[in-house]
Amino acid sequence: MAIDVRIPTILRTYTGGAKSVEGSGSTLAELIADLDGRFDGLGDRLMDDAGLRRFINVYLNDEDVRFIGGLAAPVADGDTVTVLPAVAGGAH
Amino acid sequence: MLTISAELRSKIIAHVTADHPDEACGVIAGPAGSDQPERFIPMLNAERSPTFYRFDSLEQLRVWREMEDRDEEPVVIYHSHTATEAYPSRTDISYASEPGAHYVLVSTADPDQPQFRSFRILDGAVTEEDVTFEPE
Repeated sequence: MAIDVRIPTILRTYTGGAKSVEGSGSTLAELIADLDGRFDGLGDRLMDDAGLRRFINVYLNDEDVRFIGGLAAPVADGDTVTVLPAVAGGAH
Repeated sequence: MLTISAELRSKIIAHVTADHPDEACGVIAGPAGSDQPERFIPMLNAERSPTFYRFDSLEQLRVWREMEDRDEEPVVIYHSHTATEAYPSRTDISYASEPGAHYVLVSTADPDQPQFRSFRILDGAVTEEDVTFEPE
């Protein structure tokens, strides 16, 4: 089962520079665990104790996973998962 | 050093002035590897706040995919501070995630005199840089 995972610039240090990698799993949680197993430390950049990190956007095809079940979102062969750190900031 | 056209500077200033007192934000894309800002992309501030900004997540996906299709990268990421100085805050630094970008801060605290400054933010370290405005 191959899911295409797009990796943002700042996380490519974990994938040896690769912009995209393949992963497997039936849910986003399983996919992340699969990736973390092969790219040590990547899981920690995507998740904290509460789940997906708040300022990392994860998309399944064209949708933001926050709106389709988060870590429980089902993923399947042929899907594309894209990771983009949120662009944010403020006065303080 | 950031080199940017006077026209793009005017567009940024117009955007942040129009959205004051909320923070405004956006991107200027340029050809990958060129370090040349060319294409002005004002973004929605999904927080609509005078003290915080965040790109709308789906708009960000669309814009990032479009840049990839066009072989571009985000050369400038700009946002405004509406009551404080044009200097990256702790949150600006902690969320800076495009190591190649020039982070432009504009302060609209003084309505008559917007402050326009540019910075590199790498691994939590801020370095201010000179800005050269090219005539139209």
